[in-house]
Amino acid sequence: MSPAGSRKAAGFPTEAVFQVGAILFLLAVWYGFAAGGKINVFLLPRPGAVFQRLAHDLANFRIAEDVATTLWRAFAGFVIAAVVGIPVGLAMARSAFGRWFFDPIIAVGFPAPKIAFMPIFLLWFGVGDLPLIVLVAINCFFIVASSTAAGAAGVPRLLIWSAQSLGDSRESIFRRVVVPAALPQIMNGIQVSVPVSLIAAVGGEMLTGGIGLGGSILSAGRMVDSVGVYSGLVVCLTVGFVLLKLSELARRRLLHWHAESGPAS
Amino acid sequence: MMPGRIAQTLYKYAPLVILAVAWEAAVRAGLVSPTMLPPLSDVFKSLVRLFSHGAIFGHAWSSLVRLVTGLSAAIVVGVLVGLLMGTWRAAHLIFQPFLNLLYPMPKSALIPLMMILFGLGDTSKILLVFLGCLLPLVVNAYNGARGVDTKLVWSARNLGAGNLRVLTSIRTRAALPDIMNGIRTALAFSFVILVNAELIFGQDGLGYLVGSFGSLGEYSSMFATIIIIVAAGFACDRLFQRFSDHLLRWRAV
Repeated sequence: MSPAGSRKAAGFPTEAVFQVGAILFLLAVWYGFAAGGKINVFLLPRPGAVFQRLAHDLANFRIAEDVATTLWRAFAGFVIAAVVGIPVGLAMARSAFGRWFFDPIIAVGFPAPKIAFMPIFLLWFGVGDLPLIVLVAINCFFIVASSTAAGAAGVPRLLIWSAQSLGDSRESIFRRVVVPAALPQIMNGIQVSVPVSLIAAVGGEMLTGGIGLGGSILSAGRMVDSVGVYSGLVVCLTVGFVLLKLSELARRRLLHWHAESGPAS
Repeated sequence: MMPGRIAQTLYKYAPLVILAVAWEAAVRAGLVSPTMLPPLSDVFKSLVRLFSHGAIFGHAWSSLVRLVTGLSAAIVVGVLVGLLMGTWRAAHLIFQPFLNLLYPMPKSALIPLMMILFGLGDTSKILLVFLGCLLPLVVNAYNGARGVDTKLVWSARNLGAGNLRVLTSIRTRAALPDIMNGIRTALAFSFVILVNAELIFGQDGLGYLVGSFGSLGEYSSMFATIIIIVAAGFACDRLFQRFSDHLLRWRAV
């Protein structure tokens, strides 16, 4: 669901120009309002103050510590979700029992706001990384499992029949036909999970506080340190942007053999 | 409902019943401490108490108002922007860069900003719901409007329809399946961001209720409120799907 527009082979990079323009426009509006003095500095600090804070926190490694902590939680939960979610999705597509058992759980769990479970995770797993890792894992699990199930259920029958007629065993067909054919859909789930893992980690951290991107922004908000809130947002945005680009890159690498990676017709 | 359908529904949701029985059995058998996991029967008693005392209704109403206001504003703005972007390249060039900036931002990180800018009341929460569910609405409406069969547009032009008429009677309708898809995603997003915001800075609302039961140590009531939130999310999703299927019944499947 990336909103990235169509890419043209060559020529004038109109879209890039407009992207830079949009950022400059926002900065100009920010400068304009902040310099106008009509708005309280607590509500809208000067951009200079925010950049100063960013430089300061970069220099004393506070940002590095927050980013590393949050990314570790997001990544650990994400890996658990993939390790559990892909087999569950495959089981749902390939066995009647799997489908019967997991279908209602996914139907109820998918639209549920998982963040509501955070107080339970705090009760069970105490403070620290574990409740946040579990929150991320559960958020991503439903996405990975349901897209894997959809992908594995949608494998063209012809592929399976061909393998069968060539005398392949059930287990071998599963491993060599079903899983590779479902891979683009599985990757879809994983790719959607990347920003979700960050959202879940940051959202959970706002409830636990402490080290981490969410905890830092929240404590800045509580102390009406608006410079801290804005610089935290800039860091969050940057981390989210880098993660997004990395996941797009990983997808192209892993699916280079698939038709979707070929030249657009 | 016919008895056949009841049996079918029971069979379909039996795994949830099995999980519920396992929950109760595990606590009763002493496998899990009841302070960590209150028995399901206690949670049900709390659930009944929440409804019979009526305490739940005020909180549910506050949450509902925020959800409906934020979501409807997002639907109006998001669908409109998406349709415009799909119709005119100029609109695409202008709006797309801002969406690119909003897309990678974890929306929950906006909670403290809205707290500072708009205070602890309803305005900040409604705005959070609005921002939190804007993207899927714009992206889906955009994709829908872009994917319209050009022959339909040409035919309408031939019959004398102007730009506005093409937008309202052709593009909007042809994009409807995508728009409905976007609204379904937005519905789920709106629950997440609202509960997250209410947990952090609520004075009322279902999310606030979960947090306050948790900090009071009334865990069976906390579990009961979480069950209410999950059930509400599930019911909204199902009802919306029904409505969407009804609205799109003209579509050849």
